[in-house]
Amino acid sequence: MSSFSFENRAGIAERYPDVFRTDWWQRGRIAILVGGTVGLFLFGIVQLDIPFNRLSQGMVRLGEFVQLMLPPSPGSWAEVLKYLHALGETVSIAFLGTLGGALLALPVSLLAARNVVANRIIRLLTRRGLDTIRGVDTLIWALIWVGVVGLGPFAGILAVICSDFGTFGKLFSEAIEVADKNPAEGVRSSGGNHLHSVRFGLLPQVFPVLLSQVLYYFESNTRSATIIGIVGAGGIGLQLAEQIRVLEWQKVSFLILLILVTVSSIDWISGKLRFAIIGKRTVA
Amino acid sequence: MDKAGRLQDLPVGSSEHPMRTAVPEFPEARLRELADRYAAAIAAKRRRVWLGAAVLIAVAIAAGWMGEVSLGNFVENFWRFPAYFVSIAPKFSFATAWSDLADWLWGLPRWARLLGDTLLIAYMGTLSGALCGFALCFLASANLVKSGTTVFVTRRVLEFFRTVPEIVFALIFVLAFGLGPLPGVLAIAIHTAGALGKQFAEVVENIDSKPVEGVAASGGSWVQVVRFGALPQVLSNFVSYALLRFEINVRGAAVMGFVGAGGIGQDLIEAVRKFYFTDVSAILLLIVLTVMLIDFLTERLRHRLLGLEGSTR
Repeated sequence: MSSFSFENRAGIAERYPDVFRTDWWQRGRIAILVGGTVGLFLFGIVQLDIPFNRLSQGMVRLGEFVQLMLPPSPGSWAEVLKYLHALGETVSIAFLGTLGGALLALPVSLLAARNVVANRIIRLLTRRGLDTIRGVDTLIWALIWVGVVGLGPFAGILAVICSDFGTFGKLFSEAIEVADKNPAEGVRSSGGNHLHSVRFGLLPQVFPVLLSQVLYYFESNTRSATIIGIVGAGGIGLQLAEQIRVLEWQKVSFLILLILVTVSSIDWISGKLRFAIIGKRTVA
Repeated sequence: MDKAGRLQDLPVGSSEHPMRTAVPEFPEARLRELADRYAAAIAAKRRRVWLGAAVLIAVAIAAGWMGEVSLGNFVENFWRFPAYFVSIAPKFSFATAWSDLADWLWGLPRWARLLGDTLLIAYMGTLSGALCGFALCFLASANLVKSGTTVFVTRRVLEFFRTVPEIVFALIFVLAFGLGPLPGVLAIAIHTAGALGKQFAEVVENIDSKPVEGVAASGGSWVQVVRFGALPQVLSNFVSYALLRFEINVRGAAVMGFVGAGGIGQDLIEAVRKFYFTDVSAILLLIVLTVMLIDFLTERLRHRLLGLEGSTR
């Protein structure tokens, strides 16, 4: 046993040369990786022309803003009511956007799933279509819908529906593809047609998973619904952007606090519901 | 029926049993009881589903009222939605297809540079945010830090970083640091630190505790415990999460320009607001293509990483 003490390192190294050998190949790869990562970062600093003198000034100014933010205060009760109304709009946008997106995505995700639609071309087209929709940010959708239905939360709802449609389509089709195929085969073998096997063999398995994904996105959509007001699509983001522009810092911090509380409570509720639906298993 | 009842009474394994593979038939009363119970269970489930649907519809109607949903407005104006896409579509004719293409993508050099800037903003934001998240995640893991207060405080800070949308940080940072990519990078970095810090901490909390205990038992300091006990187990997962976040941040960086925080967003919102229709479609197409390319590349990388992890175990 004494040969394993640290004083006897040379002896151990002699007996297990493989463990103690320097792996230059591995080290070189790590060096190149780290060097590349840092190099790209430095290139970014040069390319984006990051002004370091403004960094320190900005930090000082940021500190001033934070001082001005404390304590958070809405100003008056009338303002509080206005903000709560805006918050209600935000939650409505998130809720209806998630719901609408999920309802629209369900049939389309079936088209994109390998075990439902055997036709490769339909699947490919559906997938690329969903990818395109997903590639456009919620804010951009909001800009487009504001042009269609005018300013207000309705445009926000339609924007969230659009971007969620793309996301859910992809997530749902993936969940459907990993489903166990035995129940579907059971339905087919006892005389059910293809639609029966999807309805009774496939959907009951994946439905809890889909529901939990929808609940998860409800929370994340609340976050994105807080900002689409910046382009005029209703909700609390409109108020927030306005107060930031007129430098009403106490109101800004009050609004941020309001958002934090809302998002955490929705997080909590949707977490509880998700556990109730799928048990203790976490699904991202 | 009598016969069926008699069959039930015979032990299945006995040699007197005439047909051991027969499906056992239940007496009428027992069958009816089972059928009733099945019907009751189904009815209860149906009631639950209907109740859930009713609640959902009620909430949806309330939300619709709150969100000023107006179907009349929707039906009346929906034609504008496809019409918008028609109007931003580039004008092509067979005879002059090439010069049409050149006309449509007239700003390509500028847009390509701005897209490059967008990617760099996303990259720098992700990298610095990931490093911050990396530093904070160990403090937020209950299995590595003894002090409950440290864990609690770190978690709340991370939650704050990730809940405040990055655009809001960008709005504030633009006022503090001036227009340009710097506030965009910082806003993405802060948001990323919050999001990745949480995911990293979850990974760290799920690690095997034996290596950690081993290093601690042989006299390692806290830093050594983290470096040699925890880090080798989590690194590939960390990189995978960071790549996923990079993907998300590319989308985020594309709209940073809306509030003046650099990248292609500035040109996009200008084109939308000033009705430069074909520019809108050109920029949108470039963004979508870039996002798809990045998605594809990071997915390949992540699969390779997770595959590597699988092979070494």
